[in-house]
Amino acid sequence: MATEAHGEAGAAVGMPQLDFSTWPNQIFWLLVTLVVIYLVLSKIALPRIGAVLADRKSTITNDLAAAEELKQKAVEAEKAYNDALANARTEAAKIIAAAKAEIQKDLDAATAKADAEIAAKTAESEKSIAAIRDGAAAAVAEVARDTAAELVTALGGAADAKSVSAAVTARLKG
Amino acid sequence: MATEEGSGLQIHPMDQFVVKPLFGDGPIQWYTPTNVTLWMGIAVLAVIALLVLSTRRRAIVPSRGQSVAELFYGFVHKMVEDVAGHEGVKFFPYVMTLFMFVFLSNMLGLIPMSFTTTSHIAVTVVLAMLVFLTVTLVGLYRKGLGFLAMFWVTSAPLALRPVLAVIEVVSYFVRPVSHSVRLGGNLLAGHAVIKVFAGFAGAMGLASVVPIAAIVAMYGLEVLVAAVQAYVFTILTCVYLRDAVGEAHH
Repeated sequence: MATEAHGEAGAAVGMPQLDFSTWPNQIFWLLVTLVVIYLVLSKIALPRIGAVLADRKSTITNDLAAAEELKQKAVEAEKAYNDALANARTEAAKIIAAAKAEIQKDLDAATAKADAEIAAKTAESEKSIAAIRDGAAAAVAEVARDTAAELVTALGGAADAKSVSAAVTARLKG
Repeated sequence: MATEEGSGLQIHPMDQFVVKPLFGDGPIQWYTPTNVTLWMGIAVLAVIALLVLSTRRRAIVPSRGQSVAELFYGFVHKMVEDVAGHEGVKFFPYVMTLFMFVFLSNMLGLIPMSFTTTSHIAVTVVLAMLVFLTVTLVGLYRKGLGFLAMFWVTSAPLALRPVLAVIEVVSYFVRPVSHSVRLGGNLLAGHAVIKVFAGFAGAMGLASVVPIAAIVAMYGLEVLVAAVQAYVFTILTCVYLRDAVGEAHH
């Protein structure tokens, strides 16, 4: 088509494609070129690129598998963590309950002991207060007798110890 | 047609295709290093740079160059596997060789002042004949005479089969012709047209913006053509290979 048109039109220049004297040269160098390219490709380039592509494919597959495995592990770890957390919570609740019970027991014992001590102390105090009160009453009678005897003597009377004591005792009762 | 107008303008659109010796001016023997040698050598270097040097680190995370190499590998590998079938994968290095050579030669040919090896019928015919011979020999070797069954269209009515067989045989032998002329013709035409426009641009003074704009547009188209023709050449190779190695599908 275009080839022929140009071929005929360009008769002045001729058509180098149809100059058969150069064909052996072109064919020779073409065959050399093809053999060289074929050897370069089949011995070096293509095995290398094929290996790289296969490598990449297996790397990607392995990485995906590893990622899947890690994901699985993460899920498991999370589960274990949650389990541990739940266990710890139950344990903690148990410990808290036990501690509470113990504290309550101690508290009760201490309260009872304190109550008992307080009761004992109260009783003791009451006893000593009673003793003191009795002592005080006796001392008052003594003082009253002594004072009465002194007063009688001071007023010039003869103090008869017996009668003074009787009089004071009667007054104290009254 | 362009050259008729351009004859007064000294346009030589075909000069770029002339095969010249690299050294001296002697006759071209089969072994003479020529511009063909030079540009095929550059194509080989480009293949090495693109597919060997860029992948030398064998990185799991590829560099830019390695990505490109892997892109080419994946593209051609998938094409071979999809089109030629699973059995065709053992021809992958061969198909890859053809693709890289055609693609890089086409692209290198678009560099101004370069020489486009794939615009020569000699080159494309050899490439196509290699495919044709490979397909025929591999087909006969693997399938024996069963390979010839692909010319006998069993899905057609019996009366039509001999006629179809003749058509199939003719089309089979026309394959290398169409295979090679398609590639060579496309590149030849595109490069010649660009050269003609360039000739106009040199002769038209200020108005040469028009041909220059046309060259820019043509160049874009030619980049597309260079890639598409490499793709077409390769995928046709795979289609033909399927006849030789694939399951019976006629």
